[in-house]
Amino acid sequence: MEKADDVILIGGSAGSYTLIIDMMEALPEIFSPAIVIVIHRNPKFTTRIEDTLSARLKKEIVQAEDKAHILKGGIYFAAPGYHLLVEPDKTFSLDISERVRFSRPSIDVLFETAAEVYLDHCTAFLLSGANQDGTDGIKQLQRMGSKVIVQSPTEALISTMPKHAIEANGHVEIYNNRQIMSYFRNLK
Amino acid sequence: MAKLTSSHISFQELQDIVELVGKVSGFNLMGYSKSSLKRRVQRVMDLERMDVVDLKNAIINVEGFHTYLMNEITVNVTEMFRDPLYYNALRTDVFPYLETFPRLKFWSAGCSTGEEVYSLAIMLTEADLYNRSFIYGTDVNSNVLEVAKKAIYPLKSFKLYTENYNGTGAFNSLSDYYTAMYDAAIIHADIRKNILFSQHNLATDYVFNEFQFISCRNVLIYFDLELQNRIFHLFYESLSEFGFLCLGTKETLFNHKIMSKFKVINKKFNIYQKIK
Ligand SMILES: C[S@@+](CC[C@H](N)C(=O)[O-])C[C@H]1O[C@@H](n2cnc3c(N)ncnc32)[C@H](O)[C@@H]1O
Repeated sequence: MEKADDVILIGGSAGSYTLIIDMMEALPEIFSPAIVIVIHRNPKFTTRIEDTLSARLKKEIVQAEDKAHILKGGIYFAAPGYHLLVEPDKTFSLDISERVRFSRPSIDVLFETAAEVYLDHCTAFLLSGANQDGTDGIKQLQRMGSKVIVQSPTEALISTMPKHAIEANGHVEIYNNRQIMSYFRNLK
Repeated sequence: MAKLTSSHISFQELQDIVELVGKVSGFNLMGYSKSSLKRRVQRVMDLERMDVVDLKNAIINVEGFHTYLMNEITVNVTEMFRDPLYYNALRTDVFPYLETFPRLKFWSAGCSTGEEVYSLAIMLTEADLYNRSFIYGTDVNSNVLEVAKKAIYPLKSFKLYTENYNGTGAFNSLSDYYTAMYDAAIIHADIRKNILFSQHNLATDYVFNEFQFISCRNVLIYFDLELQNRIFHLFYESLSEFGFLCLGTKETLFNHKIMSKFKVINKKFNIYQKIK
């Protein structure tokens, strides 16, 4: 399998679980970017979104493994309890350093490291959540020329996370849920 | 949190720093994963309000700065009984085998502030193996080793440690092994007794003893495959016949040729046994 030239990042927290499932279910069978998802979850909580999705999409959806290549059409979830980073050679690395904004995995850490490697070949979505993770990551994505899309706070189940990111970063694109779904449905 | 400075380090500048540190000190950062290393170096720059030029100057001119830098960029986050089911697996899959050895030497490589070492000592005590055991805890970071030697930890961490300990399927209470004083807890002397902490750099140092058991957990994720390979050879040379090698839950031997000289004892928790 070939390494992906483009990545799509998704950061979600409280209130984003079902939306993420819907987004993944909307995907066409074949698409070329890699999709990398950080969703905050309790490491002791056993229901695994990867398993739910693997069953529904009839496709193996995995946690991003340390040193694994980031492949075309891959869907990867950050493992609970570890930060997920992107390396310059387009592989993943894991890290258990301090929580960032009370989170590990941290959306900021994924966004910041992916931005530096994929530059304008990177699109990031920030969804519903009750904290402020993602805001710093978006700053870095913008510096690196990546595209940033934030879920409309009026549609987010919990608006704190998208709202904070919009207020702190100014000009970001805001999508409602219909636009988000259409983006994934039409992904090539 | 707002950044204190807007000076960002690039990958190229990071490479320069790595080379400079290598030249002026014994620390070899070549094989470290670039993105996490970069975050750590950036963190020091933010803390010290330095830009890359300041950082280079300090590495060259300020005595002891490279040691400080090394201590700051290593990630030392740890817990007692991290991954409780791993400890459970030691009890069920590894200890019965260790019972057959008359003397046991353990090495915890990258032990940070020592919580992993004391967790192991408690497990060995409960399995009635500790009297014939000796544990070496090593790390590259001199600061964490000082904390490890003291065996005094913040009492507030013990809520999590107790949950972890109970999750191992243990029969006692973690409070049997420490004494609380104000907001700190000290590990009891009979747990601390057969342990030596010392500095050892996995990137540059060599075999220093022979062991029946080596654990190196949550250290290898910071290294690239080449450095991992060096370290796995070091561990292989350091293990006695039928000795055990235990890695972190996200660390595996499967990407390496040397796997053929090991048998998988527990796949989920990455426990291996040297068989050749
Ligand atoms: C995240 S801690 C892991 C602690 C413990 N083993 C655990 O799993 O909880 C990683 C440790 O590896 C140490 N380390 C980093 N580079 C090292 C090297 N080259 N040689 C030895 N130890 C190193 C760090 O100083 C740090 O204390």
